[in-house]
Amino acid sequence: MAKQALGPIRRSFAPWDDPEAKPLIHFRGVTKRYGDFTAVDGIDLPIYEREFHALLGPSGCGKTTLMRMLAGFEEPTEGDVLLDGASLKGVPPYRRPVNMMFQSYALFPHMSVEKNVAFGLKQDGMAKSEIADRVAEMLTLVRLQDFAKRKPHQLSGGQRQRVALARSLAKKPRVLLLDEPLGALDKKLREATQFELTDLQVDLGMTFLIVTHDQEEAMTVADRIAVMDQGVIRQVATPAEIYEQPASRYVADFIGDINILEGRLEKGANGISRLVVPEDGLVVETDQPVESDAQNAWYAIRPEKLRVSLDQPADIAVNTVSGEIWDIAYLGDVSIYHVKLDNGTIMRATTANTTRLVERPISWDDRVWLTWDRNAGVVLTS
Amino acid sequence: MNRGPSWFNIVSMVVGFAFLYLPIVLLVIYSFNAGRNVAVWEGWSTRWYVELMSNDQLLAAAWVTIRVALLSATIATILGTMAALALVRGGLFYGRSLFSGMVYAPLVMPDVITGLSLLLLFVAVGFSRGFWTITMAHITFSMCFVAVVVQSRLISFDKSLEEAAMDLGAPPMKAFFAVTLPIIAPAVAAGWMLAFTLSLDDLVIASFTTGPGATTLPIKIYSAVRLGVSPEINAVCTILIGIVTIGVIAASLSMKRKEVRRRRDERMAAAANAA
Ligand SMILES: Nc1ncnc2c1ncn2[C@@H]1O[C@H](COP(=O)(O)OP(=O)(O)OP(=O)(O)O)[C@@H](O)[C@H]1O
Ligand SMILES: [Mg+2]
Repeated sequence: MAKQALGPIRRSFAPWDDPEAKPLIHFRGVTKRYGDFTAVDGIDLPIYEREFHALLGPSGCGKTTLMRMLAGFEEPTEGDVLLDGASLKGVPPYRRPVNMMFQSYALFPHMSVEKNVAFGLKQDGMAKSEIADRVAEMLTLVRLQDFAKRKPHQLSGGQRQRVALARSLAKKPRVLLLDEPLGALDKKLREATQFELTDLQVDLGMTFLIVTHDQEEAMTVADRIAVMDQGVIRQVATPAEIYEQPASRYVADFIGDINILEGRLEKGANGISRLVVPEDGLVVETDQPVESDAQNAWYAIRPEKLRVSLDQPADIAVNTVSGEIWDIAYLGDVSIYHVKLDNGTIMRATTANTTRLVERPISWDDRVWLTWDRNAGVVLTS
Repeated sequence: MNRGPSWFNIVSMVVGFAFLYLPIVLLVIYSFNAGRNVAVWEGWSTRWYVELMSNDQLLAAAWVTIRVALLSATIATILGTMAALALVRGGLFYGRSLFSGMVYAPLVMPDVITGLSLLLLFVAVGFSRGFWTITMAHITFSMCFVAVVVQSRLISFDKSLEEAAMDLGAPPMKAFFAVTLPIIAPAVAAGWMLAFTLSLDDLVIASFTTGPGATTLPIKIYSAVRLGVSPEINAVCTILIGIVTIGVIAASLSMKRKEVRRRRDERMAAAANAA
């Protein structure tokens, strides 16, 4: 019930659009070099209070390094990390009001679950009875109250993950850092935990920064995603924006499946522009405003935005191509069609299987038409 | 297929163990000999053990040995652990691989050379030789063994554990004592045991660095034997063997108990998860 009440609040949560809002964390021109290798290259990234922010990128792109600079385990070579507007330069990890949940969980093997959770509170010199209360509260939060006396090696992977979460939440940090927190869990548990994490974040009203290389995970949990590539941020936006309006081919390709056509852009009248694929004169129309005329560009369109039909559509003026079914993948909920266009390009189209198809009407080698709306895809210039 | 051990295996095992343990068994048996002549069996008796108790020189030597061993093992363990930490954690400081290599050198250095060089040092510095010089000498060479043992444990130690402790608010020292040390404790204890036994049975280095009034048991036994083997010496050795045996058995039993408990815990956890 409570979740529903929070729905509209969350939807209107967009401090990054507010020029007055002060970020809680601010990476300012942060660069990290190891010798002559640049792991993080001049990153500017504000993260706001109560935001669930995801750092997404392929392995080795510098996500962990960026996070460790916030936790205090690495110092930036250049630039600065600000918390509440104050520089964290020279502040050791044990004095920063951020806590981290490690990729390997890093549970203390010689301490019981409750001792693990109590560890951080003890360092603060909290009273014994208060510690006991907080530990109990945290263990209830992650549903491990019956496991307080167990040692980490007596727990399953999922339980260990929850102990690590409870331990890093116990001190109520300003920011919780999660480094691939769900990497070691199986798919089902991972998905369930993703939703638990978002609920937890909303209920506690805390700021979470998560590192992941799983785009679905980032889309599920995050308010905003920073897509990273080789030490730089390619785009920072909400999951929907990243998916629907990727800023570059790299982002478009990294998130989900997409068809990309390369051609020349021609600015047209009435705000409608055309992208002409030179070899075969394939013309794509778009109502996206474009800046310059006659430049090289790409048109990116998601497979589910394409309509597949066996009959030639009546109105063939706009965005219609034909081809043969080259391959079909039936995934149960959706079918993926690989359509070989007459010029040899393969386009992927997905359709939801809304009816129970005993016999699929579309079959191999069928001639099909693909159509899409003017606003279904995006024009990319990089 | 496997028809158990072959005759060859059995014979080689018996010969091997006989070679190892027959002299020790003989020594133990003859320590209970009633007669003074070590080569002639004259019946059972605990006479030499009783006499041993009134042999002040031997008891004093034993006491010196134990004090040296306890003190040198403890200091060597502290210094050796610190050295291991510096070598594993110190980052890539200049000349680190040289230092790593140098830690191993005393392990292969002949005792005579170690002893002689220490003697020269003590003479040069003008230390009067005795209890403290032996202790220092033992610290010097057993520290390397501790460093090697602890170093190998530290290499496999997950550094994120220490980072997690710091992340939760523990300064580096606190993190070390609360997290790192308890986890590497078995290696540190093994290092201490090693240092202790090395000190206990060292003859060569001790004879170089000793002085008047600080005779260790190995030195005492060695010089006594040169005057002729006495049954009393057999008795002392038997006691030493007893202590070492009990130590080894206790250590391996406690390891075994821990292992069994860990297995049982893991089974329980697996069962609980399946349910
Ligand atoms: N201490 C270090 N010394 C040298 N290079 C390092 C060091 N730490 C990280 N790097 C390099 O920096 C780059 C970024 O590493 P980082 O751990 O941040 O990657 P990541 O994005 O977290 O990758 P993954 O998804 O695999 O965890 C890598 O190429 C890595 O080899
Ligand atoms: Mg990483």
